[in-house]
Amino acid sequence: MSASLDKGINALKGQIDSSVAAFFSSCTHCGMCAEACLFYTETGSPTATPISKTEPLRRIWKSEFTLMGRIGKLFGLNKKVDDEFLTQWETSVYDNCTLCGRCSMVCPVGNDIALMIRKTREGMAAAGHAPEGLIGATKRAVTIGSPMGVKLPALQAQIKHVENDTGLKIPVDVQGADYMLLLSSMEIMNFPEFIEATAKIFKHVGVSWTISSQAFEATNSGIQIGVSDIAAELVQRIVDAAEKLKVKTVISPECGHAYMALRWDGPNLIGKPFTFKVRHILEVLDYFREDGRLNITGKEEQRITYHDPCQISRRGGVIDQPRKLINMFSDNFVEMPDAGKMNWCCGAGGGVSSNERADEVRLKVFQRKKDQLDEVKPDAIISACSNCRIHLEDGLEEYNMDIPLMSLTETIAEHLEE
Amino acid sequence: MSEIEFLNWVRGPGFQIAIIIFVAGVIIRLGEILVLGRKQNLAEAKGSEMSSGLRTIVTRSIPDKDTFKRSTFTVVSGYIFHIGLFVTIFLFAPHILMFKDIVGFGWPALPTAVVDAMAIVTIIALLAMLVHRMRDTVLKFLSTREDYLVWLVTTAPLITGYIAFHRIGMTAPTLLAIHILSVELLLIIFPFTKLMHTFTIFLSRWYGGAISGYRGVES
Repeated sequence: MSASLDKGINALKGQIDSSVAAFFSSCTHCGMCAEACLFYTETGSPTATPISKTEPLRRIWKSEFTLMGRIGKLFGLNKKVDDEFLTQWETSVYDNCTLCGRCSMVCPVGNDIALMIRKTREGMAAAGHAPEGLIGATKRAVTIGSPMGVKLPALQAQIKHVENDTGLKIPVDVQGADYMLLLSSMEIMNFPEFIEATAKIFKHVGVSWTISSQAFEATNSGIQIGVSDIAAELVQRIVDAAEKLKVKTVISPECGHAYMALRWDGPNLIGKPFTFKVRHILEVLDYFREDGRLNITGKEEQRITYHDPCQISRRGGVIDQPRKLINMFSDNFVEMPDAGKMNWCCGAGGGVSSNERADEVRLKVFQRKKDQLDEVKPDAIISACSNCRIHLEDGLEEYNMDIPLMSLTETIAEHLEE
Repeated sequence: MSEIEFLNWVRGPGFQIAIIIFVAGVIIRLGEILVLGRKQNLAEAKGSEMSSGLRTIVTRSIPDKDTFKRSTFTVVSGYIFHIGLFVTIFLFAPHILMFKDIVGFGWPALPTAVVDAMAIVTIIALLAMLVHRMRDTVLKFLSTREDYLVWLVTTAPLITGYIAFHRIGMTAPTLLAIHILSVELLLIIFPFTKLMHTFTIFLSRWYGGAISGYRGVES
């Protein structure tokens, strides 16, 4: 990953298409996106205004792709993109944005600002202006296979644990299975209960499934840092494994960006459609529910609310499924304000949690989630993303709030009819 | 040059030049956007790009509740001045006569008193937005010279038009010439500034809606 300003500028040029050009042409500097962004609402800092984060990309669009910009370039009148400028922009592009996409839903001219920031990151990363934490995570993802450095023996050890605890067999490398389950490193290391829960549910429903020893990591640091080549390489590993095992469906686990990376960006990154389907675990569970194969017993008594992981809800399209599933085991489900596609980000997605420099600000902007939670005062929070879950726990601790976090998949598994 | 000669030049060759720059500029700008094209999405679709894009062109005119609460001033003043511009430009009897000369057909006008009142309301909204832009921390941070230039060329025809209609200060032909000149300035600057959103908003809303809709999210 040798980086240079030239590479950065070329990468930015490569990101511009008719949608980006239409977006920049339409922006009127109305400032409404600021009010949609928790990094602005909770800090009051104008540099967190979403559209301003795309300034590097805008400058390249203006000088290379517009008539006036090209004339300006001849006379040296355009604003420059140099290392000093990119350094200045690094914090707002990486530390103060989780790519949550709330701004994109609010922009009155319809600009997908989150997409524009994601594209800006391509240039920042190629020019060598990505944060250290994300560079480290990305290097580990490429060389070791996991951003947290989790290797196959660690997974094998966890599988053994789960098998000993439950007496269930965790299938590995099974040819022709219906489902291939991916995991995030976070789940392997911090929440192995997730593996246990899915094993129980698959047994209950009676479908064949497998984990691939070649590609078990679902997360994609390439997407977060903004290096499409690396993102494509990580996607290709999963594609190769899925094709080798001839599975019908690949399941993305409780992780937000992993789903978005594989489901929506994946085929476009590798340049061809998948030969298998990609589904989020919640979509799979909801499919079982609809099919009448998920028999649930007993109810959770406490007041439960659901935190929408941005890349699963707003950017992923999995919005109704978790609610239908929660209603199976809860009569006391409450929605927080702005729930669903307009829910607020936890503050740690889009690579922010891998970037130590952003530790302070991610806890500060958690105030937005706190305010939402204060409105509904839940006894427990359910989410479907390990990264959200870790950060929610961090944030709740920081603000002295005592609300337990639950995983939707694990809760379903606990309520299965024997 | 006499007063009448000046008016005739502004109305004749001056106006033609402005219209040519405006039309050519808009076509070039739209062309340079569309010629870029967009890669086909290879992911399995969950919804239709076309219908979601078209729907968002309409629905994005109405902000969600939280956004309205947080950006009340921008939304309300934005609505007022956009409607005000539409009414004063397209529903004022003398303007309709001019359009009729160009396109060959006319349409009903609003009573002049109503248009007159709308002009005042629109000017007030634009002034309030200028003050807001200069004082609000986000807008101050975002604003460039272009934003102020665009404000000026948008507001100027309203003010010159109002003065010309009420014949304040100068003789009618001069006032009318100044008004038309201010419109010509607007037309010339239009294609090369954010005023282009008048046209590109249909593209950007469509793209935004299509990207969301493809994933099965209503935007």
